Amino acid sequence: MVRLDDNGDALIRVRDLDKTYRRGGQDVHVLRGLNLSVDEGEFVAFMGPSGSGKTTLLNLLGGLDLPTAGSITVAGDEITHLSGPKLAHWRARHVGFIFQMYNLLPVLTAFQNVELPLLLTRLSKAQRRRHVETALGLVGLKDRTDYYPRQLSGGQEQRVAIARAIVADPTFLLCDEPTGDLDRRSADEVLALLSGLASRYGKTVLMVTHDPRAAERAEVVLHLEKGALVEGTTSGPEGNGPTSKPAET
Amino acid sequence: MSPIPLIYNVRSVRARWRGNLVAVLGIAGVVAVFVAMLSMARGFQLTLVDSGSPSNAIVMRGGATTEMESVVTREQIQVIAGAPGVAHDEEGHPLVSGEVFVVAAFHHRASDSDALAPVRGVSEQALKVHRGVRIVSGRFLRPGLAELVAGKSASTMYSGFGLGDTPSFGGRTWRVVGIMDSGGSAFDSEVWADQPVLSQTYKRPEDLFSSVTVRLTSPAALGDFKRALASDPRLTVQADRETDYYAKQSRAVSTMIRVLGFLVASVMGIGAVFGAFNTMYSSVAARAREIATLRALGFGGASVVLSWMVEALFIALIGGLLGCIVVLPVNGLTTSTLNWQSFSQIAFAFRVTPDLLGKGLLFALVMGFVGGLLPALRAARMPVASALREL
Repeated sequence: MVRLDDNGDALIRVRDLDKTYRRGGQDVHVLRGLNLSVDEGEFVAFMGPSGSGKTTLLNLLGGLDLPTAGSITVAGDEITHLSGPKLAHWRARHVGFIFQMYNLLPVLTAFQNVELPLLLTRLSKAQRRRHVETALGLVGLKDRTDYYPRQLSGGQEQRVAIARAIVADPTFLLCDEPTGDLDRRSADEVLALLSGLASRYGKTVLMVTHDPRAAERAEVVLHLEKGALVEGTTSGPEGNGPTSKPAET
Repeated sequence: MSPIPLIYNVRSVRARWRGNLVAVLGIAGVVAVFVAMLSMARGFQLTLVDSGSPSNAIVMRGGATTEMESVVTREQIQVIAGAPGVAHDEEGHPLVSGEVFVVAAFHHRASDSDALAPVRGVSEQALKVHRGVRIVSGRFLRPGLAELVAGKSASTMYSGFGLGDTPSFGGRTWRVVGIMDSGGSAFDSEVWADQPVLSQTYKRPEDLFSSVTVRLTSPAALGDFKRALASDPRLTVQADRETDYYAKQSRAVSTMIRVLGFLVASVMGIGAVFGAFNTMYSSVAARAREIATLRALGFGGASVVLSWMVEALFIALIGGLLGCIVVLPVNGLTTSTLNWQSFSQIAFAFRVTPDLLGKGLLFALVMGFVGGLLPALRAARMPVASALREL
């Protein structure tokens, strides 16, 4: 269950997280004393207005940026003090990223794009091939392995990106506006995939979105405002009420 | 460190070929000039080295570095002819050729001005000693006549030295009776005359020679031959293997060409490095999101540096190969220059050899490395989080 305080048994534990940027000679406090615990297999959506700190939080959870203060612990590993190379290694093992603009490498085929995270493992070429085919099969694009991104629709590109995110079986998925650039139908397909990954395969999914319809698919919706988590709701299959409270300070 | 797949770089270079063209052409131009200059130096060097035979020794006055400053008397030649290691012809005559070396001003066709040409006074023995030289048209000199045999390069380089022509120099008129070919060596740039006639023309005593070329029984006979000459009190001469002598002769000019080549290529190379630098920087800027994505997936900074360096080197290699292809047609092209040692013109051909092409490619890779390093480091240091959202 998602909690806005520190739960020692959670998969992801965030404690007193601060992030301050310096812009134009002034400190901008993007995140302020944020606490959060996410259990394994949960599908959590972060909503909030622009500048509320959603993407910053996602970057910190994904080890793409370092907090000014506080700690993030994932599966028992405290990541906030890892050096650059160790953090890269940690990302490869634990995080699957899904971006709004898909971020596929345009010169590589769908197969080669999905294979990229596996190049950071010790798998043999044959094993990699099997994993890539499985991942592409899971997103329904097994017949598009040799297609380049420009030959795919937006929805298909995002599904390839999802295949790339899950192919190395990461600890959790981070999705930054995964449906922001898609039409409704493609967005629904992508969201169905993400919720299926959480419900059927027990994958932990954290998603930033502006789209309330996308957020409805998540088990838990957390709202960020001025760098703090202010409220939460659980939608779930039955559309249950809130399960979490404002962050305790 | 896990490397980013090579196919990514190869396809990216292909996809951005217009942007990469500047770097490729810049590097190709530098490599072409660099290899051309080296092949010129190599051609000059080989032309002179080919003039010598390892079985020949050239004997000059002690301390003389060129035939121009050497004097050997007829008596000394007779002593030299009796030294051990000297080969003999079928009739038992020693294969020794006393030669007089002078320079004369001939009309140089290419520059349409007078140029100093080497003229060698030789005896009938000359062709037996200089085995690489053969008459390809006409005939050899007849003793006592004002006749000339022109080297094949000399006959085309200077006006009036074709077969049957009657050039004038040294105050008399000569007749070209033969054209000789020495397979591209320095003798091709020379004009040969009968030694007594040439000495008379230039008012030199007939018994004084510039040098003596000796055919040895074998290349190994040089040691005994030199020792015999050194221990004979009647002689104050020095003997060198002919190939060594000509190699020394070539050193000054070939070194000068090579240094000039390096200088020109270095200056051009700086421009090409900036071209590569600019291309790679643009590439990093244009592909910021791709780099950030690779970093997000877990590829480390070192992998990114390696990938971008591979790409810079790949672009440089294409430029280098193009430069080598461009320069290939100059192979065999003949030109001439002043040989500082003999103060006379020498014709030589550009020699584009595999090792020079290899040096050209290496130079291209060095340019690629230097031009690619900073952009590669920039790519690795790029802030991942912000670059991920760039369009």
